[in-house]
Amino acid sequence: MHTFKSLLLASSALTLILFLNGCKPKGAASAVSGDAASKVYVAPGKYDEFYNIVSGGFNGQVSVYGIPSGRLLRIIPVFSQHPESGWGFSEETKPMLNTSHGFTPWDDQHHIALSTTNGEHDGRWVFANGNNSPRIARIDLKTFRTVEIIEIPNSAGNHSSPYITENTEYTIAGTRFAVPITGPGDVPINTFKENFQSTISFVKVDPASGRMNIAFQILAPGIDFDLARGGKGPSHDWFFFSCYNSEKANTLLEVNASAKDKDFIMAVNWKKAEQYAAQGKGKRMPAQYAHNVYDDRTHSATSTMEKEVLMLDPRDCPDMMYFIPCPKSPHGTDVDPTGEYIVGSGKLAALIPVFSFSKMLQAIAQKQFDGSFEGFPVLKYESVLHGEVQKPGLGPLHTEFDANGNAYTSFFVSSEIVKWRIKDLKVLDRVPTYYSIGHLSVMGGPTKKPYGKYMVAYNKITKDRYLPTGPELAQSAQLYDISGDKMKMILDFPTVGEPHYAEAIPAEVLSKNSQRIFRIEDNKHPYVSMGEGATKVTREGNKVHVYMTAIRSHLTPDNIEGVRVGDEVYFHVTNLEQDWDVPHGFAIKNAANAEILVMPGETQTLKYIADRPGMFPFYCTDFCSALHQEMQGYLRVSPAGSNVPLLFSTGKNMPATKGAGDSGAAPAAKNQ
Amino acid sequence: MNRPGNLSTAARWIVAMCALALVATFFLPFWFIFLTAPQYPEGLTMYIWLDHLSGEVSIINGLNHYIGMRPIHESQFPEFGYMRWIMVALIVLGVVVAIRGRRSWLVGYLLLFAAAGALALYDFYQWSYAYGHELDPHAPIKVPGLTYQPPLVGHKKLLNFDAYSYPDSGGWVMIAAVSVMLLVLLWDLFRRKRKTV
Repeated sequence: MHTFKSLLLASSALTLILFLNGCKPKGAASAVSGDAASKVYVAPGKYDEFYNIVSGGFNGQVSVYGIPSGRLLRIIPVFSQHPESGWGFSEETKPMLNTSHGFTPWDDQHHIALSTTNGEHDGRWVFANGNNSPRIARIDLKTFRTVEIIEIPNSAGNHSSPYITENTEYTIAGTRFAVPITGPGDVPINTFKENFQSTISFVKVDPASGRMNIAFQILAPGIDFDLARGGKGPSHDWFFFSCYNSEKANTLLEVNASAKDKDFIMAVNWKKAEQYAAQGKGKRMPAQYAHNVYDDRTHSATSTMEKEVLMLDPRDCPDMMYFIPCPKSPHGTDVDPTGEYIVGSGKLAALIPVFSFSKMLQAIAQKQFDGSFEGFPVLKYESVLHGEVQKPGLGPLHTEFDANGNAYTSFFVSSEIVKWRIKDLKVLDRVPTYYSIGHLSVMGGPTKKPYGKYMVAYNKITKDRYLPTGPELAQSAQLYDISGDKMKMILDFPTVGEPHYAEAIPAEVLSKNSQRIFRIEDNKHPYVSMGEGATKVTREGNKVHVYMTAIRSHLTPDNIEGVRVGDEVYFHVTNLEQDWDVPHGFAIKNAANAEILVMPGETQTLKYIADRPGMFPFYCTDFCSALHQEMQGYLRVSPAGSNVPLLFSTGKNMPATKGAGDSGAAPAAKNQ
Repeated sequence: MNRPGNLSTAARWIVAMCALALVATFFLPFWFIFLTAPQYPEGLTMYIWLDHLSGEVSIINGLNHYIGMRPIHESQFPEFGYMRWIMVALIVLGVVVAIRGRRSWLVGYLLLFAAAGALALYDFYQWSYAYGHELDPHAPIKVPGLTYQPPLVGHKKLLNFDAYSYPDSGGWVMIAAVSVMLLVLLWDLFRRKRKTV
């Protein structure tokens, strides 16, 4: 009897275990529909439909993926040194990473903005923010290279950036960390409320050249600006900034900045700001910030230190700035394609407020204010509200749009994307993301005419999505087909760095303009060698300039003698090729910096310090041709004070010169 | 009324127009050599005009240095100095044939074309033979027994390259003009035969 009972107990326990096991949710594999593979399959030799321009996060770069394949096409070096191409290592590119704090070869790159004309992508430039050392970069989409970086003074944490106005009149920069700006920086931290301020910078973009300059800054109360969006269509003149920490906490923000029920979306009439600046309402403030520009003709960057900035105090500029209450530390503030609706995403809110631009104008006109914040009018929540999306999910972050009046909001906490209709605020569909999505990107989502079709989720947690690679994992992204009523996951692909915001642009807009080579005739580099006949080696004191050319499959000169210990040798390598995809690389043994990659028609310079006598082979690092391995040469370094003359040649032997080692001068020199 | 041995007015007009159509050969490439390889899917083209070369000549020269072929330069070809004058002469002569209207002149004119064409092809062959065979003995790539003469007309495989050699638009204009004039001559002969019957 006793045995029977225990048997029964054991069997029921087993049943329970089996039952419970059956109750475990199914994995993501079941979420993929049968025809997914054919939707993302881009046959060999065929091209993707979209370029996906993706921020790199802490790798400081911008990467380019093909959609729908999810293939990584390129990593564009922006704020971080990139040993692959020599970006930030070559003499020409080093000035690009200059800041008021010196050479800063790293940043945290969060958001990008593709240039627009009339609210639609024009395929000219990508703007990218540097979050840590406040900077904005501009990438040229003909060359997919960073061509300009401007530092933002009076800022800390350039997170609310580099969003643009409808015609790319401005790219903006809002501070994430309030800091003392008009007074001294060395104050007690707990004087936050008295001393800390924030700024919004409006960086003017020259419509023809793309050149940036800080037109003016707006001195804002000390709150943290999170994200931003420019208006479009009817709201063209306005810019919207989400802000958190209206509590003005300076410690344990997790709790203390979440205290109030509502923070704000700050609306700025930038057209008015522009007028005030033109009327001389601003004050010229001394500042120090680097402005770095790369020139495709000299193949070199210059870094200029700017000395002042125009600061607008909004208290002197009436009717320019208003605060819209928005629940629970809003993160994303996104403007729909019509320009009428502004979606705020309170990170901790259980609803999504949608504001109406026309109602906002009305509320301003009728002075429907709900008190003030730091002396600026706060609009009545209800007067500005179009409506709230009820129970959409947990932790709304960002919203993108399609062309059919639908919005797609990412939810970090509930790890999903929710599709809802703007008109009636009805939730239409939801799909899981793997795991904990940050930004999302609907093709053309922030433009006036979204392309739709696909949507990408950029996730913050990867865990078991791919084969494990130790504690460090790639980030994970998912692609969804949004052409139908229901969103369908069709691809899962790993991404480099930590993508935050991304945008996609139809392939043909960029591919038709993509540059293949640099014309050698246009090369205005001061150390160019226009042909092998122009190569030479010159000495200026302890600086040795090697004017070198590279062409399949030899470097000219490839025998160099007469360099002495202590010399700074500059290898100015000109790639004479005029053929597509024939870069040459250059490296020299024991070079302490990097190699350089030189594109056809381009000149790049590697600096090399001769630190001991010996024979130092150099070679081409890019497998260029059948005889790439033979593309090599020697640099002879003699002791300091050696009398070996400067000799250089290719294809013939120069008369042998005995070195200092043979003339007895070696013992003294050897230990240098 | 036409004298026997004279071309019809229509035939003379057509001959004149064909001769004048050859003016187009001054503005169009006459011949092309097209190369493709696994790593050149887009191909490399050299266009041969009456008085110059165009296309990716420098890239082709860059590749040819591996096999020790002399770089191809316009200055090496005296033909570029006189070919257009030959064409001018042919055009003028065609107009004269049309004005004069003698059938026998047209026959002679077409025979002249045939001779000029044959000579040009022979000359082209000579040049391609020289470039393809007179290779630098110190070239990096030496394949015993292999030479690199491109095809005179048609396709030939040269190492990893597929070489194609064909008339280009200018060449086709000339071929068409000569063909039309030949047809005119045949039609004229046929018409005369019917009349005499």
